[in-house]
Amino acid sequence: MRSRWSYVYFLFYLALGFVLLFLNNDLSKAVITLMNVIIVLVPLISTIFGVMYFYNSKEFTELLLAQPLKRSSIFLGQYLGVAGSLTLSLVLGLGIPFVLYGLFKSDTIWDFSLLLITGAFLTFIFAALAFNIAISNENKIKGFGYAVLLWLFLAVIYDGLFLMSLILFEEYPLDSFSLAAIMFNPIDLSRTLILLKLDISALLGYTGAIFNQFFGTYTGLTVSITTLILWTVLPIWRLAYKARRKDF
Amino acid sequence: MYKFQLHFLVFIFFIGTSLWGKTIEVCAGCEVKSIKEGVALATDFDTLLIKNGNYKEFNIVVDKPLTLIGENYPVIDGEDRGEIIRIVSDNVTIDGLHIINVGTSYTTDYAAIRVVKSDNFLIQNVVLEKLFFGIYLERSNNGKVYNNKIIGDALDEYNSGNGIQLWYSHHVQVDRNIVQGVRDGIYLEFSDNIAINNNISANNLRYGLHFMFSNDDVYTGNTFENNGAGVAVMFSKRIRMVGNVFKKNWGTAAFGMLLKEINDAEIIGNTFEENTIGINIEGSNRIEYKNNNFISNGWAVKVLGACYTNSFINNNFLYNSFDISYNSKLNDNVFEKNYWSNYTGYDLDKDGIGDVPYRPVKLFSYVVNRTPETIVLLRSMFMDIIDFSEKVSPVFTPDNLLDAMPLMKRSE
Repeated sequence: MRSRWSYVYFLFYLALGFVLLFLNNDLSKAVITLMNVIIVLVPLISTIFGVMYFYNSKEFTELLLAQPLKRSSIFLGQYLGVAGSLTLSLVLGLGIPFVLYGLFKSDTIWDFSLLLITGAFLTFIFAALAFNIAISNENKIKGFGYAVLLWLFLAVIYDGLFLMSLILFEEYPLDSFSLAAIMFNPIDLSRTLILLKLDISALLGYTGAIFNQFFGTYTGLTVSITTLILWTVLPIWRLAYKARRKDF
Repeated sequence: MYKFQLHFLVFIFFIGTSLWGKTIEVCAGCEVKSIKEGVALATDFDTLLIKNGNYKEFNIVVDKPLTLIGENYPVIDGEDRGEIIRIVSDNVTIDGLHIINVGTSYTTDYAAIRVVKSDNFLIQNVVLEKLFFGIYLERSNNGKVYNNKIIGDALDEYNSGNGIQLWYSHHVQVDRNIVQGVRDGIYLEFSDNIAINNNISANNLRYGLHFMFSNDDVYTGNTFENNGAGVAVMFSKRIRMVGNVFKKNWGTAAFGMLLKEINDAEIIGNTFEENTIGINIEGSNRIEYKNNNFISNGWAVKVLGACYTNSFINNNFLYNSFDISYNSKLNDNVFEKNYWSNYTGYDLDKDGIGDVPYRPVKLFSYVVNRTPETIVLLRSMFMDIIDFSEKVSPVFTPDNLLDAMPLMKRSE
């Protein structure tokens, strides 16, 4: 089950990479398009795939639980298997076409590797969130619903609310608020991380000491990556915690 | 009588030629030990050959047509005490000197070389370091400033000077100079018919090149990199800007080029790369933008109002965060046959021109103008959705602002 879907996922990215490069014929433009894909699709697929996997293998999990195995190693093993194979599909699927198109000779290689790293982070984060949702909900339909809602919220609705609050309170100094708001959404966070590479010239256009410190120095990069790691570790920790207590 | 006059003329001519070739050597071991002494001794059209060495001098006044040539870059050290060379005569040539430690003052603009009300000067191969003002031309016409290297160490705008400054000077050529680390690399005020070619102006505090009230000037093939802002063109008419490169001018008020109250200019074949704002336009009319490349800028072109009858033809807009930003709903400018890397239309009849018009102004740029913090939402999905809906039915952006004939391929 797992392997078949990750092949599909791998082929999807492979096709996407080739089509992108074939249509654009330009690495820098392809990287920009790819960013949208990574920010929107990777979380969606990881969420759905994570939930699906958990519910599908539930009976097998219960069987395993009867064995003298540590609970945390069962669940973490499942989680790492899913997230790891998804990440591998992503990295290989996108990596192969780009390498064939002469990535190593191009100066976009850093942008591209940053894209893949953020993609990997997003996979791990959203798979962990999906596992959390699935383990907390016995009802499959409800679990799926929550998972999709979570994705929709973080990918679209959050930014809408964010924008509205920025416009509503535009008389106030908002730069620390907006940077803080980014930290609470892994999708925004990864977007910012990529923007630091792609659109730094636009980001530096705004007059604000905190902004300039964040975007103009390595502070932004360090803070974003640390927060992304936190975003990965916390759901995994909760998953392990829940798994230990849950009554099957 | 007539014959006598002729004889006299021949006589004068002979004296003239014999004087013309006279060379006075200046060095520590020579008869003439300082440049000041040399200038005092010399007569018109003499050459002062300044040998390699260290000359601690300032306030050298060149008041006759002389040629000052440095051998192996002799160092003239002003010891921060004031102006170093002042030229007050026509036909003076300065060549191959290394001038350091110009005095800094808050009341007088001390310069390494100042030319006052003198024509036909030539200043070349001069190296200036630790300076306040570099080469200062004041009411001096028909001169040449070639191949100089000006390296300042300016830290603050208020106590630093400009590299090359022209004030009420006309018909001057400024060629192949390197200017860095000063306030304004090259500064023109009330100077007409100036040609500024192939210079490199980098790391300056304020502008790489700055025009004020100067008309009919041309600048071509220059590179402006990492200045406070690349080039500021203000209150001037008929400026031609061709084939320059504007690079990496990053910051809150940084532009590749700033146009303010400029009329009838031509901007052709320039490259704007990785600037926060490629061109910032304010109150500028009848300007022709042709064959320029805008690559990876924050804003390729930011229009701040009162700009009429400008035309953007055959430019390439590549991977800019925002292509065009407008702050009004009125548009009187023409966009035609540009290549936009963000264009998503198609070309069914294969004539190289997209069948769907391109709208370069995004709603998001309007939002960012209003609330600058929203810039953090750049490239988010929510913004893409909003931009898309604005593209379909424009409400906030001028609805006639579009490129009806977007190119499908980059224009060369």
